[in-house]
Amino acid sequence: MSKAVSALGGVSHKGFATVAEAGLRGMITVRGDLASAAMKKAVKAATGTAVPAQRRIEISGDRAAAWMSPDELLILVPYEAAQATVAALEQALAGSHHLVADVSDARAVFTIGGARAEEVLMKLCPVDVATLAPGEIRRTRAAQVAAAFWKSGEEEFTLVSFRSVAGYVMGLLETASRAGSELFLA
Amino acid sequence: MSTRLQKGGRLIDRSKPLSFTFNGRRMQGYAGDTLASALLGADQMMVGRSFKYHRPRGIIASGAEEPNALVGLGEGGRFEPNQRTTTTELFDGAVTQSQNHWPSLEFDVGAINDRFYRFLPAGFYYKTFMFPRFAWKHVFEPIVRQSAGLGKVPTDRDEDRYEYAYGFADLVIVGGGIAGIAAALAAGRQGRRVWLIEQTAHWGGRAVVDGVQIDGQDAADWVRDSLQALESMENVTLRTRTMASGLYDHGYLLAYERVADHTPGDGRPRHRLWRLRAGHVITATGAIERSLSFAGNDIPGVMLASAVRDYVVNWGVSPGDRTVIVTNNDDAYRTALALLDAGLVVPAVIDARPSAKGELPEAVRARGVRVLEGKGIAKVKGGKRVTGVSVCIQAGEGAELESIACDAVAMSGGWSPVVHLWSHCGGKLLWDEAQAMFRPDPARPATGADGAAMVTAVGAANGVLTAHDILAEAHAAAGGKGAAPGAVSAAEAPMMPVWVMPQGAGPKLRMKMWLDPQNDVKVSDVQLAAREGYESVEHTKRYTTLGMATDQGKMSNINGLAVLSDALNRPIPATGTTTFRPPYTPISMGAIAGEARGEIFQPLRRTPMHDWHETHGAHWEPVGQWRRAYTYLRSGEGVHDAVNREIRAVRNSVGLLDASTLGKLIVKGPDAGRFLDMLYTNMMSTLPVGKCRYGLMCTENGFLTDDGVVVRLSEDTWLCHTTTGGAERIHGWMEDWLQCEWWDWKVYTANVTEEYAQIAVAGPNARKLLEKLGGMDVSKDAFPFMEWREGTLGGFRARIYRISFSGELSYEVAVPASEGRAFWDALLAAGEEFGVTPYGTEAMHIMRAEKGFIMIGDETDGTVIPQDLNLGWAISKKKDDYLGKRAQERSHMVDPDRWKLVGLETVDGSVIPDGAYAAAEGVNANGQRNVQGRVTSTYFSPTLGKGIAMGLVRRGPDRMGEVIEFPVGGGRVVKARIVDPVFFDKEGGKQNV
Repeated sequence: MSKAVSALGGVSHKGFATVAEAGLRGMITVRGDLASAAMKKAVKAATGTAVPAQRRIEISGDRAAAWMSPDELLILVPYEAAQATVAALEQALAGSHHLVADVSDARAVFTIGGARAEEVLMKLCPVDVATLAPGEIRRTRAAQVAAAFWKSGEEEFTLVSFRSVAGYVMGLLETASRAGSELFLA
Repeated sequence: MSTRLQKGGRLIDRSKPLSFTFNGRRMQGYAGDTLASALLGADQMMVGRSFKYHRPRGIIASGAEEPNALVGLGEGGRFEPNQRTTTTELFDGAVTQSQNHWPSLEFDVGAINDRFYRFLPAGFYYKTFMFPRFAWKHVFEPIVRQSAGLGKVPTDRDEDRYEYAYGFADLVIVGGGIAGIAAALAAGRQGRRVWLIEQTAHWGGRAVVDGVQIDGQDAADWVRDSLQALESMENVTLRTRTMASGLYDHGYLLAYERVADHTPGDGRPRHRLWRLRAGHVITATGAIERSLSFAGNDIPGVMLASAVRDYVVNWGVSPGDRTVIVTNNDDAYRTALALLDAGLVVPAVIDARPSAKGELPEAVRARGVRVLEGKGIAKVKGGKRVTGVSVCIQAGEGAELESIACDAVAMSGGWSPVVHLWSHCGGKLLWDEAQAMFRPDPARPATGADGAAMVTAVGAANGVLTAHDILAEAHAAAGGKGAAPGAVSAAEAPMMPVWVMPQGAGPKLRMKMWLDPQNDVKVSDVQLAAREGYESVEHTKRYTTLGMATDQGKMSNINGLAVLSDALNRPIPATGTTTFRPPYTPISMGAIAGEARGEIFQPLRRTPMHDWHETHGAHWEPVGQWRRAYTYLRSGEGVHDAVNREIRAVRNSVGLLDASTLGKLIVKGPDAGRFLDMLYTNMMSTLPVGKCRYGLMCTENGFLTDDGVVVRLSEDTWLCHTTTGGAERIHGWMEDWLQCEWWDWKVYTANVTEEYAQIAVAGPNARKLLEKLGGMDVSKDAFPFMEWREGTLGGFRARIYRISFSGELSYEVAVPASEGRAFWDALLAAGEEFGVTPYGTEAMHIMRAEKGFIMIGDETDGTVIPQDLNLGWAISKKKDDYLGKRAQERSHMVDPDRWKLVGLETVDGSVIPDGAYAAAEGVNANGQRNVQGRVTSTYFSPTLGKGIAMGLVRRGPDRMGEVIEFPVGGGRVVKARIVDPVFFDKEGGKQNV
C-alpha cells in the first residue's frame, strides 16, 4: 500500500489550535434499510458497533459507523481494512436492496486539536459546536465546501471533506486557527 | 475654539498620549479618545466639506448618527475612505485626511457651488443636464464625476484579514446601555444563553453621562458592578465593539465586530462578522437626538446637545468657551449643567416652548443662566465656525430680537428611538404624538417561525426616555424575577415638536436650514419636491437625496418627514418613514467577504496528479472548480505549438490524459435499469454486464443536458460517467427524481467521482504501454472495444474501460485516487520508450472535433436537442418514455427548418472564429442581417493541416457541399463548405484495432 498517499501528505499547522491532515482512512458508504436486522448484523460485524441513530456516530476503537441520512451510513475502518470490509458488507447485505461503495480514496480527514479547537470550527461551520453532544456527528459545510465532523477526543475534533478540496480545507483551517484570532478571551 | 479641558474625561487616560495626523498636521489625543474627540480637543472644528455645496462641515454628533465628520483613514493597504470619526477609536500614529475638497479643506474651489445654490435645487440632475443631449456625456458628466463623491477609492490591496464566526443564543440583547445590561442580568440569572453586544468600546450608554442614580449608586458604578456579575455567568457572552448590523428571518442576526480597528497591524483579523442565530432579540439600542432646523444649522460649532455633554463628560473636551443651547425639551438642560460643571459659560438657553418651568430648567436658572422662553434661533452667524446666534420669537418670521455671541450651539429637537433592527424584519412603528417620535408598535412586531414576536424593543429604543421606566421595562422584557433595578433621575416636562425654527421662516431662511448636512438637503428642497408633486416619502427621498448619505439620515430624517407632511398638509403618520434596511451603519467589504481571499477565495479542486501538472508546465483551464491542464508547455514553447505537439503524439504513438474530473455515479438496485432508461434517451437496461454504452441525458423540455459512457458493473449495478461540470448536478438530478417523483423505485445512487484517478491512455501504442505494465490481458480479442475489465495492472488495482474520445486505440484506466499519482508516474516511466506524452484538454477537444464527437457546452447551449446533433441513433424508438421524449415531439422540435449539426470546411483552409454566424438573405425586423447557422466548435487540426469546424445550420445535413458565408467583422467574410462532421477516420478503424 505504499503507493497510496493522502491528499496533503499529513501536513499540519500550529496556531491557537493544531490542525493536521490525518492521513488515509478506510471509508465505506452503505445505503439500505437502516432498521433491518441484516443491516444491524452487517454493521456490527464491520465495526463492532450498533447502527447509529440520527446524527450519531458509534465508535469502537479504530472503527466507527456514522449516520449520514435516513438510508445512508458511513463506515470507518483502517485504510488497509477497507476492501475486506466492503466484501464482508456486500455479503452480509446480499439479498436486500442496498449499495456499498468504497470511498476511502475520495476523502480527506483532518484533526483539529487543543483547548480552543471548537473556535476554529465556529469560524467555518454554521454549527452550534458548544451544544454538540458526545457521539454526535454533524454534516455541514466548512466555508464553501461540504464537510462532516465529530468530537473525536477530549480536545480534538475530526473533520472529513472531499479529497479534491483538501488543500482548500487546510487553507481554511490554518487561517482560522492563527494565533491572535481566538474568538473568546482566555 | 474647541479645546481639551484641564480636568475630566471619564474615558480618556491622560497618562497615555497618542499622536496622529490630520491633513498632514500632527495632533495629540489620549488613549480612550475617538478621532472626533481628539480632533475637537486639538481645535479642529471643521473636518470636511459637504457633498454638493462644499460648505464647511464640523463634528455634530458623538456616535453612529454623525453625518459630517468622515475622513480617509490610514495609508496604502490600510487606507479606507468615509471613516466616521465619532465611532473610530484613536490609535497611535493614525493618519487621517478630510474629504470632498480641492485643493484644500480651508480653501475649496468647489465652494463656489454654495454661491449658486439657487441653480442646484432638489433634482437638479434631472432638470439641468437634459439638453443638449451630447453635453451630458462630454461636458456635464465629467464635471459631476470630478466634483461628486466623498472619499477616495483605495488603490492598494487590503493588507488585513477578515473572518466570519457563527454564534447561537437563546437571547441576543443589542445595546450595552443600562437597558441592555438590566435585560442581560435578568435573562442571565435564569440560565439562558445570552449574548449582550455593544457597538462602542464602552458599556453604560447615556445614563453614565447623564448622572443617573441606580439602586443608590452612580450609574457608572452600577454598570461596573453589573458587568462584573455578567462576566461571572458562564451562560452570558459579552462583546463590545460589536454592532448589530441587520436582523433577518428566523432570528438571524448579523453582528459586525471591529476586532482590530483600534490596533491596526497587530496580526488579528480586522473585522469579524458574527452570524448569530437568536431565539429572541431584545433591542436596547437607545435613541438618537434630532437636530433643529434653523438657518445656519450646518456651520461648524453647531452640535447636538447630547454630543456636547458627551464630549465634556467622556473626553474632557470643550466645544468652546460659550455655548448657546437651543431646545424644545428639558433634556437639553442637562447639557447646560454639564457645561457649567466644567466651568464653561452658557450665555443662554433658547427654548422654543412658551414656558419652561420643569425641574431641569429651574436648576439651570438657579445657576444664573438666562432661559429665553418661546424663542428660537433666526440664524447662526459665522462661516467656518460659529461666532454667534440671532435670537427671534419661535412663533414669528425670524426678526432679530438680540444677538448673542458664542462659540458653539448645542441643539436638541427631541429624540428618535433607534428602531432599525425592530424594523428590518417587518416590525411596524406607531407615531407617538406626545413625544413626537416614531416608536415600535408592540402589537405589530417582526414575527418568528412560530408566529410569535421575534424582537422586543426596550428602553429608549422603545420610546421610553426616563431611567427608572427603562430599567423596569428591560427587566420585565427579559422575564426578570423579583424587583427591577430602580433609578432616580430628574423629572422632565413635555417637549414641543419644532420642525422649522422660527415656524414662520421665509424662503431665504429655509434655504439655509439643513435637513441632511452630508447630502446637502435643506428644508427648501423638501418643500420644493412637495410643490413639484412628490407625495411618497420614498420618492421624495430619492428625488432630494434626503437620508441617502452614509449616515442614512439617522439624525434628521424625521425632520424631513415632518417638513414634507407639513408641505402636503397631512399628519406625519400619513407620510410614514422610509424603509429601514440593513446594515445599521456601513460595514466593510472585507467583513462581507470573510476569510474568502487569496488562496481560499474559492475552493480549488485538485486531482491526485495536480501537482505533477503544475510542475510540468500546465497551462491551466478552469472547469467548474477544477483546474485542468489545457496543455503542457515546454520551455520556449507557445500554447498553439504545445497543443499540436500533443495531438501528433497521440495520433502517432501514445498520450496520457488526466480524466479524473469526469463524474462517476453508481446507480444500483432492482429498479436501476428502469430508472436509467428514463434518464437516458437510449436503452441502458439492455446493456450486458461487462460492456459500455455512450448515453445522452435530456431535461424534461427535451434539451440535451449531459452525456457520457454508462458501464454495467453487475446485474443490478451501473456506473454512469458524466461531464466534469455535471457530476454534482446530475447526481442531484438523479436524487431529485428518486426522492420526489419515483420514490417507490428501489434505486440507490452514490457519487464516487473522487474515489478514482482516471487516466486515458490513447494512441496506437496504448496497448503496448499497458502490456508493458502487465497483469491484464488487453488484447483486441480478450478485451474488445466498448467493454471493461477489472484486475491488477502493473501492481495497481485497476478498472479499465476500452472507450475512445480521441478516435484512437484508447483505454481509460481508473485506480484508487490515493494511488493515482503513483500510477501516473508508472505510466510515464513505462511509456518512455514510446515517447508517452501527457496531453491537455485542448488536444482532447481538437481530436474529438476531428472525429465529429459533440461536446456538452460547445454543441449544446440549453436550446439544442439530440436530434439537432444527428444523434437519433442514440435515441431509443422502443421505449415508451424517457425524460424529454414528449417535449421532443412538439411541433417546433420536429420542424425540418431547425439548425442541425454539420461539419464546416473553410474554402481557404483558415480557422473560422468561434461563434460566428452564417448570414442569410435579407434583414429581420430590427434591420439586422438574417442568419442561418452558427459555429459551435472550431479549431486548427494539425492532423489534417487545416481549419475544421462544427456548426448548426438550417437544414444543414440536407445541404452537403453547399458553401455558406460567415461575416466575421471588418467587412471580412469567411466561406465554408458544409461537410460531414467526421473529418478523420470515418470508419473508426483506428479506435477498433
